[in-house]
Amino acid sequence: MSEITVGDMSAQYMDVLKELGNIGAGNAVTALAELLQSKVDMSVPQVKLINFSEIGELIGGEEQVMAGMYLAIQKDITGSILFLVKEEVALHLVKKLMGDYAQDIRGEMEQSALKEISNIITGAYLNALSTMTGLRIEPSVPDLTIDMAGAILSVPAIEFGIMGDEMLLIQSQIYDEIAIDGFFIMVPDVESYVKILTSLGLSV
Amino acid sequence: MEIKVGMADLNVCSGTDSITTLGLGSCVGVVLWDPQTKICGMVHVMLPDSTSIRNNTNVAKFADSGIDELLKRVLAKGAKRQNLVSKIAGGAKMFSVNNKADMLSIGDRNVEASIKKLKELKIPLKAQDTGDTYGRTVTFYPENGQYHIKRVGKEIKII
Repeated sequence: MSEITVGDMSAQYMDVLKELGNIGAGNAVTALAELLQSKVDMSVPQVKLINFSEIGELIGGEEQVMAGMYLAIQKDITGSILFLVKEEVALHLVKKLMGDYAQDIRGEMEQSALKEISNIITGAYLNALSTMTGLRIEPSVPDLTIDMAGAILSVPAIEFGIMGDEMLLIQSQIYDEIAIDGFFIMVPDVESYVKILTSLGLSV
Repeated sequence: MEIKVGMADLNVCSGTDSITTLGLGSCVGVVLWDPQTKICGMVHVMLPDSTSIRNNTNVAKFADSGIDELLKRVLAKGAKRQNLVSKIAGGAKMFSVNNKADMLSIGDRNVEASIKKLKELKIPLKAQDTGDTYGRTVTFYPENGQYHIKRVGKEIKII
């Protein structure tokens, strides 16, 4: 049984996520600029605690088609991570990598390029978390899907749903020619949440 | 008018109105319908079992307590208990990775728990469109009992 509600995930944990958002997005910018061979910029990431009823508004409607990359994390802490961008943003990124002959985000080559990009972005966040906490974090093989935002978000929402009716996420904006609005959601298991705070010298 | 049901939420509707929930993933949209009075209700179930979780004040979140509450609500609106039938949709497996087996199969478990609860309440399950790996937007029309299921890039399926 879970003892902690998301509301209990105090201001302290929000601060941890803010820091993670800053360092993670910063790492992601560097890695993306290298991969895409272009100048990439970012705005200050925002950490949000949102009620399930607000998910639709945040993301531009539950039916907004998005690319979601999901992976499990293992080793010192366990849990899951979801990285989410709008379909057109995903296609833009893939085109930057593959050139203009990338057309259909559901194509095999495009999907593999998108996985590569998502790997770099989630890796940037995971490295940030690992560096901050000194904990070893190992990602599983990622899984990618392109579907309605509501459907993709149901996965972390259900995991948060065990604790309450709210979800914590990091929203970051990265720019190259367009604004790349990305959502990063981390759901540590309850024991891992405690470990993250403890490793940073914070009380639970 | 179209009545919207959010995540872990429920509502009722009747007549020529319709009731919808957008972008169902591993959650399940359970509909109870009285064909005679044209009264229906929908609950957006996220988790199978309220008794295994401490923070269970939002009854609409769980298959067991959610369907119980939905039944109360449609009866209060004037539906007849003996007329009630059900249709369900959702319960997809959106991703094929997860550390926890019970989370990997959460869609299936939500579907099973909903069917179990309907059986307990002796409400016949008339149709279902569940499982698989894609999201669904579902809309129910109490006037004719049609449950419309929309997915990305495909035609609407009616059950």
